[in-house]
Amino acid sequence: MAGPRVSIQAEDFDLSAEVARLRAGDAGVGAVVSFVGTVRDVSEGAGVSRMELEHYPGMTEKAIEAMIDAALQRFRIHAARVVHRVGPLAPGDQIVLVAVTSAHRGEAFQACEFLMDYLKTQAPFWKKEHTPDGARWVDARSADDAALQRWGIAATGNAAG
Amino acid sequence: MKVFVKYFASIREALGPGEWVELPEGASVGLLRDTLIARSPAHAEALARGRAVRAALQQLMCEETAVLPDGAEVAFFPPVTGG
Repeated sequence: MAGPRVSIQAEDFDLSAEVARLRAGDAGVGAVVSFVGTVRDVSEGAGVSRMELEHYPGMTEKAIEAMIDAALQRFRIHAARVVHRVGPLAPGDQIVLVAVTSAHRGEAFQACEFLMDYLKTQAPFWKKEHTPDGARWVDARSADDAALQRWGIAATGNAAG
Repeated sequence: MKVFVKYFASIREALGPGEWVELPEGASVGLLRDTLIARSPAHAEALARGRAVRAALQQLMCEETAVLPDGAEVAFFPPVTGG
């Protein structure tokens, strides 16, 4: 693949352009799995009119690069790409892309899920939602920690007190 | 020695983007947190023991037992919620 493995950006991304770049020059790829996360208009029973995503510049990129290294070691995949948006977002907007290529689908499906589980609990991003009752920071979910643990990785207790 | 502390999300809103802190040699992340808690009522509230506060040292997630080198970059933030 050409280009960076990780991008943290305010701009939107184009799934087909990202996948085309990830596959470029590798005719051994037989499977591409991608996940796109989007902003919902409802959260914890309240309407969400907009959202802000904050991150820790420097650490974010390092953390995701390390996750991709871990995925490349653990699964027989060819390449992986992560794009995460920051700044103001609206319902319906794309937030995150994880795309993985491999020879066969099984490893690509697994690696994509592994990367998302890792990212949800270990990458330094924070969401703030604007609802009719005002703005609020989103609480971490213990289900996300549990999702990482099923890969045999102890979450650093992200959601727990 | 001195370390630089960065704050994010709700903790940044309470305490600002960051600050320098003077500490004894060999201090841990936990000692840094206690030192900050003693600094002001706002610090005591934002970093209170029993609150879900995560730490990073040199931009890697860490435990409070981690020992700080001089000039270290430390960060305190709530549990992450990206993706």
